[in-house]
Amino acid sequence: MAASANQVRFARNRRRHLIEQAIGGALFACASVTVVTTVGIVVILLGEGATFFQDVSVIEFLTNDRWTPLFASKNFGVLPLVSGTLLIAVGASLVALPIGTVSAVFLSEYASPHVRGVVKPVLEVLAGIPTVVYGYFALTFITPLLRDSFFPELGPFNAVSAIVVVGVMIIPMVSSLSDDAMRAVPVALREGAYGVGATRFEVVTRIVLPAALSGIVASYLLAISRAIGETMAVTIAAGATPHLTFNPLESVQTMTAYIVQVSLGDTPHGSLEYRTIFAVGATLFTMTLGMNIIARRVVGRFQETYE
Amino acid sequence: MVGTIPEGARPLPQKAPGAPLMSSGTGTPIASPAPAAKPPIDVDVPDPIVEIRDFDLWYGKFQALEGVSLRVPRNQITALIGPSGCGKTTLLRSINRMNDLIPYVRARGEIAVDGRNIYDPGVDPVEVRRVIGMVFQKPNPFPKSIHQNVAFGARINGYRGDIDELVERALKQAALWEEVSDKLSESGLTLSGGQQQRLCIARAIAVSPDIVLMDEPCSALDPIATQRIEDLMRRLAEDYTIVIVTHNMQQAARVSDRTAFMLAGDDRTGRLIEYGTTDQIFSTPRDERTEAYITGRFG
Repeated sequence: MAASANQVRFARNRRRHLIEQAIGGALFACASVTVVTTVGIVVILLGEGATFFQDVSVIEFLTNDRWTPLFASKNFGVLPLVSGTLLIAVGASLVALPIGTVSAVFLSEYASPHVRGVVKPVLEVLAGIPTVVYGYFALTFITPLLRDSFFPELGPFNAVSAIVVVGVMIIPMVSSLSDDAMRAVPVALREGAYGVGATRFEVVTRIVLPAALSGIVASYLLAISRAIGETMAVTIAAGATPHLTFNPLESVQTMTAYIVQVSLGDTPHGSLEYRTIFAVGATLFTMTLGMNIIARRVVGRFQETYE
Repeated sequence: MVGTIPEGARPLPQKAPGAPLMSSGTGTPIASPAPAAKPPIDVDVPDPIVEIRDFDLWYGKFQALEGVSLRVPRNQITALIGPSGCGKTTLLRSINRMNDLIPYVRARGEIAVDGRNIYDPGVDPVEVRRVIGMVFQKPNPFPKSIHQNVAFGARINGYRGDIDELVERALKQAALWEEVSDKLSESGLTLSGGQQQRLCIARAIAVSPDIVLMDEPCSALDPIATQRIEDLMRRLAEDYTIVIVTHNMQQAARVSDRTAFMLAGDDRTGRLIEYGTTDQIFSTPRDERTEAYITGRFG
C-alpha cells in the first residue's frame, strides 16, 4: 500500500512537464533566429562571392589598385574600397576610442551621481541621431569649417569630415558601455586599493581598467564595427569615388557605400557587376571576423578576471 | 615628526596616564558633560595613537554617528562591538577616511592620529590611508598574482627597496609565506578564503602602516581560518595598532585589549555607549545596555 501511495505522491505532473518543455522549446527557437540568420548570411555571401571569383581571379581582386566595375574598362581591385573603409574606421576610432574611454572613466570614477545622471543620458542622445543628419552635418558644417580654418584646398567630399562625424557618432557606444563595464568592477576591489593609499587615478589605471578590460574592448569592437558598417553619413560626407589612398583630405568610397550604390542603382541582377557586392561583402565580413578574433586574444591575454 | 606637521595641526600635549585630557588651542574640554548622556570616555588610555573627539558623521541627511569620543591605545587591539547598524563600521572607516569615497558624506569633530587631526582641511586622505591600512569583511584580493597583490601598495608608493624581499617579509608576517612561496605568480583568487584574507593582511602591512583597521575580517571564514587570523592579530599587535570591528563577542573577548560598545538609538544614529578594557567590559560592564548586549539579551 505504501508503494502505491508514494507513486501518487511523487507522480509526474504531465501538464506542468509539457509546459516546461514548451517554454524551453520557445526560448530555443528565439535564440535560433540569430544563429540561423548569421549562418544564412554567411552562406549567401560565400556562395555568391564564389560565383564572382569564377570570373575574376582572387589575385586580381586583392592586388589590382583600381575599382571600376561599373565603367566600360572594368577593374576589380578591392583595395581602394578597403583603404577607404580602413581610413574612415581607423580615423573614427582615433577620435572615438580615446574620448569615449576618458568619458567613461569620468562617468564611472570621477563624476558625482548627479553629474553622471545628467551627462550619461545626454551622451546617449548622440547615438539616437539619425546618421543621415550626421552626414549633412559633415557636408554643410564640418567640411566648410575645416576648409576655412585648416585646409583651404578641401573638396566638398572628403574623408576627414566623415571621420569626424562617424567618430562623434560612436563615442556614446564606447563611453556608455565602458562605463557599464567599469562600474561592474566590485567596489571592494577599489577599496582594497584605496586602503593602501592609492590615488583615484592609480585605482582607475591599475585596478578598474584591467578588471573591466573585456567590457571595454567589447565596446571598442562594437564601435569599430559600427564605424566600418556606417554607410549613410560616410556616403554623404566622403563621396563615392574609390581611391587607393590614406589621405583623409581626399574623397573616398567605403565598402558599404559601394554596396548601397550598386544595390540602389540600375545594375541588372545576376550580372558580374551585381555580384561584386557579394565579393565586397564577403571581404568586409572576413575583416570584421578577423578583428573580433584578434580582440578576443587580446582580452584573454590582459584581462584580470574578478570572481 | 612634529616639525612636519603643517600649520593648523594641533599636537596633543603628552599626558600622564589618568590625567584629564583637554584639547589644546580651543580650550574645549573633551570629557565635558554633554546635554545628552555622553558616553563615558575612557581617559585611562596610555599612549593613545588615535584620539576621536566628539565625532559626528552624516550620510546625506541621515546622521550615522553622534558625539563619539574614543582613544585608541598604541600597539594594542581595540574592538568595536555592537548590534548591526550601530555605526561601528562607519566609525572604523572614518579612521582612515575611507568614508570619503561615499558620495554625500559629511563629518564633524576630530580624529587625531599622533596628534594630527586627519579631518583638517590640509590633510590628504591618500596620505592618511598610507599610514592607516585596512582589511575588509570579505577578502578582496586584486585579480592579480599573489606577488602583485602584496607589492601593489609599495609600488604605487614608490618603494625603492627590494620588492621581492618586501613581499616575502609581508607574507611571512601574515603567516602565509609557507603556503604560497612556490606559487607567487598565481592569481590571488586561487587561494582559499582564509588564505585570501591573510593575503589582504599582507597587502595592508606591506606598506608599513602604523595602524591596521579590520572590518569583521573573519565573518566570511570558517572557524579554523578564523583562529589563524586571530593568532595572527595577536602577533601583529606587537608592531601595529589594530582596530577591529566584530560581530562576534567571543572574538572581541579573545583578541582585544580594549572594547568599545556602540548602539544606535531609535533615530538609528550610532553612539558610543561604553569603552574600557576588554576584561572590564565583559566582566563588569557599567552600562546596563552593554550588559544586556554581551549577555546576549539583544543584538
